[in-house]
Formats: sequence, structure tokens, C-alpha cells
Amino acid sequence: MLALDRVGKTYPNGVHALERFSASIKLGEIVAIIGGSGCGKSTLLRAIAGLDRATTGTVTLDDIAITAPHAKIGIIFQEPRLLPWLSVADNIGFGLSELSAAARREKVARALDRVGLADKANAWPRELSGGQAQRVAIARALVPQPEVLLLDEPFSALDAFTRRDLQDHLLDLWNDTRPTLMLVTHDVDEAVVLADRVLVMRPRPGRLFEEIKINLARPRDRNSPHFDNFKRRVLTALDRSLDRNVPDADAKSTTGEAMWW
Amino acid sequence: MAMTVELPALERTEATTPETKASSARLRRYAGPALGLLLPVGLALAWEIAVWAGLSNGRLVPPPTKIFATMVELAKSGELSRHIIATLSRVASGFVIGVVAGTLFGAISGYWGLARRLLDPTVQALRAIPSIAWVPLFILWLGIFETSKVALIAVGVFFPVYLGVMGAISSVDRKIVEVGRTFRLSGPAMIRRILLPAVLPAYVVALRVGLGLGWMFVVAAEFMGASEGLGYLLIDGQQLGKPAQIVAAIVIFAILGKTTDWLIEIATAPLLRWQDAFGGRSGAA
Ligand SMILES: Nc1ncnc2c1ncn2[C@@H]1O[C@H](COP(=O)(O)OP(=O)(O)OP(=O)(O)O)[C@@H](O)[C@H]1O
Ligand SMILES: [Mg+2]
Repeated sequence: MLALDRVGKTYPNGVHALERFSASIKLGEIVAIIGGSGCGKSTLLRAIAGLDRATTGTVTLDDIAITAPHAKIGIIFQEPRLLPWLSVADNIGFGLSELSAAARREKVARALDRVGLADKANAWPRELSGGQAQRVAIARALVPQPEVLLLDEPFSALDAFTRRDLQDHLLDLWNDTRPTLMLVTHDVDEAVVLADRVLVMRPRPGRLFEEIKINLARPRDRNSPHFDNFKRRVLTALDRSLDRNVPDADAKSTTGEAMWW
Repeated sequence: MAMTVELPALERTEATTPETKASSARLRRYAGPALGLLLPVGLALAWEIAVWAGLSNGRLVPPPTKIFATMVELAKSGELSRHIIATLSRVASGFVIGVVAGTLFGAISGYWGLARRLLDPTVQALRAIPSIAWVPLFILWLGIFETSKVALIAVGVFFPVYLGVMGAISSVDRKIVEVGRTFRLSGPAMIRRILLPAVLPAYVVALRVGLGLGWMFVVAAEFMGASEGLGYLLIDGQQLGKPAQIVAAIVIFAILGKTTDWLIEIATAPLLRWQDAFGGRSGAA
């Protein structure tokens, strides 16, 4: 279980990015985090990944305090961040250096197959399309079989079709080993398609605003009335999370809203 | 859906390009250098004909055959290889020392911000000194023989390598370093698996610039009293009025400089195949 206990972060420059964020997330659960720009979503994810340290509160995974990157926690960023000097196969095998070469090759081959890029094993990252590159990044993060996989707007740089494709693909991969997924997104559709639970955050300082359970069986039909219903609920929560903030900065909130419609 | 629509189109372009790419590459490989050779070869030929036709006596500007004859003569007596070896070994040792020192200091300055603030201003100040200005001091300190010559070459090589390494390390993408951190690479593993490959392209450029300066400085070094070396051939040719010998030495400098640069390029090309840069491809052509 991943437990966030009153996690807070104040950057050295004085920005109060995150305040008392608490949540506990069961193994295998998919949680989407959604909220206005600058409300501390990336900050939260980086603290869970151990890339940055929370200034207050604790992140614990199965009673182990996370203060530095941990083997059981993987992260996928908005950009694929592939290493340009390694082939696609070597990129996927990057986190498997403890394994023997044969074992690594086998795991990488299986992962390549699983993300549908078996024919690209020896390609350079520069030869991939954006969607293919992000699939390689997903394979790289999943191959060491993390218990928790964090995703920070992983599909936001992709076109709508490719994004849907990868959302379905991600669910498919998740089904293999059922890790905990924690996904930051600006796309309400994406949140409702993927998540068991949507956490809506509000800015200045970033904190948890509302929690919406998505009680829909998988696979989910994007066109069903239930789906629409949940989408509307998330949108309403988002609206409210920002409305209280209008006197603070209205220019910012309108640009933020444009991202959800 | 989008993928299945896109794939055939991609394959089609891939299927058609190899042929056109191969033929145009072949054309570029031969036509490029041939075109570049046109001007110097044409001029040499014209001059040869002019001297042969008696339009000029060719005493101050010797015709190509005379230069070639001088080279052959020098080669036969064993003089040429002695001079080439002398110069090459000076450049080689100066280059090695300069590269080692430049890499070391550049890496330290690039890696630790504190070291950069401590070290870099001094190095930059030293860099502002025209390196030839060191010559008298080096001769006083290290004597007139090999040591001072190698030191001067090493100084010339040091600065571009130092700057290249420092700039490359300090500008390694933080995002890529974070990938290493999420996979919990130790310090040495981070250097070996992330930093070294990331700085390699800039390092190769720095090495090539350094080598170019090494060749420049070996001439200066050999002007300050040498009894052998290509620079000595230049001075000797001037003092004894042998322009053919001077031009011959210059041509050999050009050949050696180009060859050693090309060797670095060839040796590092397999390591840089991944590069997605316009410069990478035009450099190889
Ligand atoms: N390294 C940093 N140093 C100082 N302040 C930072 C840093 N990173 C983020 N911040 C600030 O912290 C706040 C939260 O940033 P964060 O990146 O977590 O937002 P976000 O919710 O991920 O936004 P977005 O949706 O635009 O990605 C912002 O006000 C931002 O300016
Ligand atoms: Mg963010």
C-alpha cells in the first residue's frame, strides 16, 4: 500500500506548491490526479518517486519511507526521455543491469512484443514516432515490474487518436501484473477511462479538493451515459476547485480551463 | 486506428528511399571531393604549364613537379621521415598531455559548481593570454629542447578541450539525468551510463579542435630553435632560399593535419551513429 501522509512541499524559492496531501492507495489501484495548472501535481509525483523530498509529511510504500528513488516505484514523464545513444531494446533493458545478459534479452524481447514494437528492437530512438517512443518509455518503466507506476501527463503530447490507443494499451499492460498506477492528467476523458478514483486538486497551495470514485466496470465504453455522468462530475468538481480561486488569478484559470474542453 | 493508417505510408517511403539514397550518397561521395579538387589541381596544372612554357622561371614559386621532386629527394635520404617523426611525436605527446589535463579540469569544472566558480575564472584569464607569449617563459623554465615545445603544444590543446568538456558536462539534460536517478544508478554508473555518452559528441568536436591547435602550435614550437621537424624544414628552407622545401613542408603539414583529424573522425564514428543531428551526417559525407 502506498500511503501519503500530509505531504507538503515548499520550494527553496518560497513557492508553497503542496500542502498536507494525504491519501492511501491500495496495490493495483488506478488513481488519476487532475487539477489546474500549477496546483502541485508534478510536485506530488516527484515526491512519491523520490526525485524530490517533501518538506513536510511522509510517503511510505509498504511501511518503507520513500526519500530517494526506490526499486518498486517507476515513473513515466510527459516526454519519453529515451537515451538517444541506446537502441530501443537497450533503452527498455536500461533498468535491468543486474540481470544476466540472456535474462535481460528475454525480458526485453517479451516487453517489445507486448508493446507491439518487436520490429523496432534495433532502431534508434530518433527513428520512432512520438507514440512509439512513449510506448518504449512505458515498456522501460514496466520491465523491472514496479509495484507503483507514476505517470505525469504521459500522453499529453500525443494526438487524440494515438492517445486513446495508448490509454487502452496501458490498461492492457496494467492487467499483466496489476501494479498501482498514479496518473496525472489534464484530460477528463483519460481520467474517467482509466481510473478507479479521481483525485481533484486545487491550487495555491496545492491540496486535495475532492475525491470521485469511478464505479464503472472495465473495459469502459467511452460513449455510455454512465461514462458521461462521471465525466460531468469530474468537470463540476474541477470547476468548483477553481471558482473559489477566481479573485486570486482569473487569467490563469481561464487558460487552465481551456485544457479541459 | 491512427497507427494502422500511418504504417503503410511509412513503409512505402522506407522502401523507396534506399535506392535513391544510395545513388545520391554515391554521387555525393565522389562528386564532392572531386569538385573540391578542381580548383587546386587546376591552378597547379596551370602553374606547371606556365613554368614549362617559360612564362616564369618558377624560382620563388616552384612548380608542382619541383616540389614533388624535393619531397622524393628528402624521402630518399631518410631526412623526411626523420622530420615527420620528430613533428608527429611532439604533436602526439603535446596532444595527449593537453587532452588529459583538459579533460580532467573540464570534467571537474563541469561536474562541481563550486570547482567551476573556483577554477574557471583563472582558466579563462589564462586563456586570454596569446599562447605564443608563453614561449620565452617556457624556454627559461624548461630549456630549449623537447620539453618546452611539448608544453607549448599541450597548452594549445588544453583550452579547447577544457572548454568543450566543461560546457558539455554542465549542459547535460537534467531530464536524462533524472532517468538515471529513477533507476538508482550509483555515481560511477551515472557517469558511465549517462554522462559519458551524453558528452561524447561535444568531446569529439573538442578533440578535433584541440588537435588543430596542436598542429598550429607545433610550428610555433619548432620555430623556436629546432634541429629537426617540419617546422625546421620551413626555417631551413627560408634561410637557405629553398622555396620548394618550404612548400613541400607545408603540403606535408596539410596532409598530416587532415589525416590525423580524419583518424579521430573514423575512430569515433561508430560511437556517434545514434546522433540525430544535421552536423553528424554532413560530417560523415
Ligand atoms: N523546481 C521548482 N522550484 C520552484 N518552484 C517550483 C519548482 N517546480 C515547480 N514549482 C512551483 O510549484 C508549483 C506547482 O508546480 P507543479 O509543477 O507541481 O504544478 P503542476 O500541477 O504539475 O502543473 P502543470 O499541470 O502545469 O504541470 C508551481 O507554482 C510552480 O511554479
Ligand atoms: Mg506538471
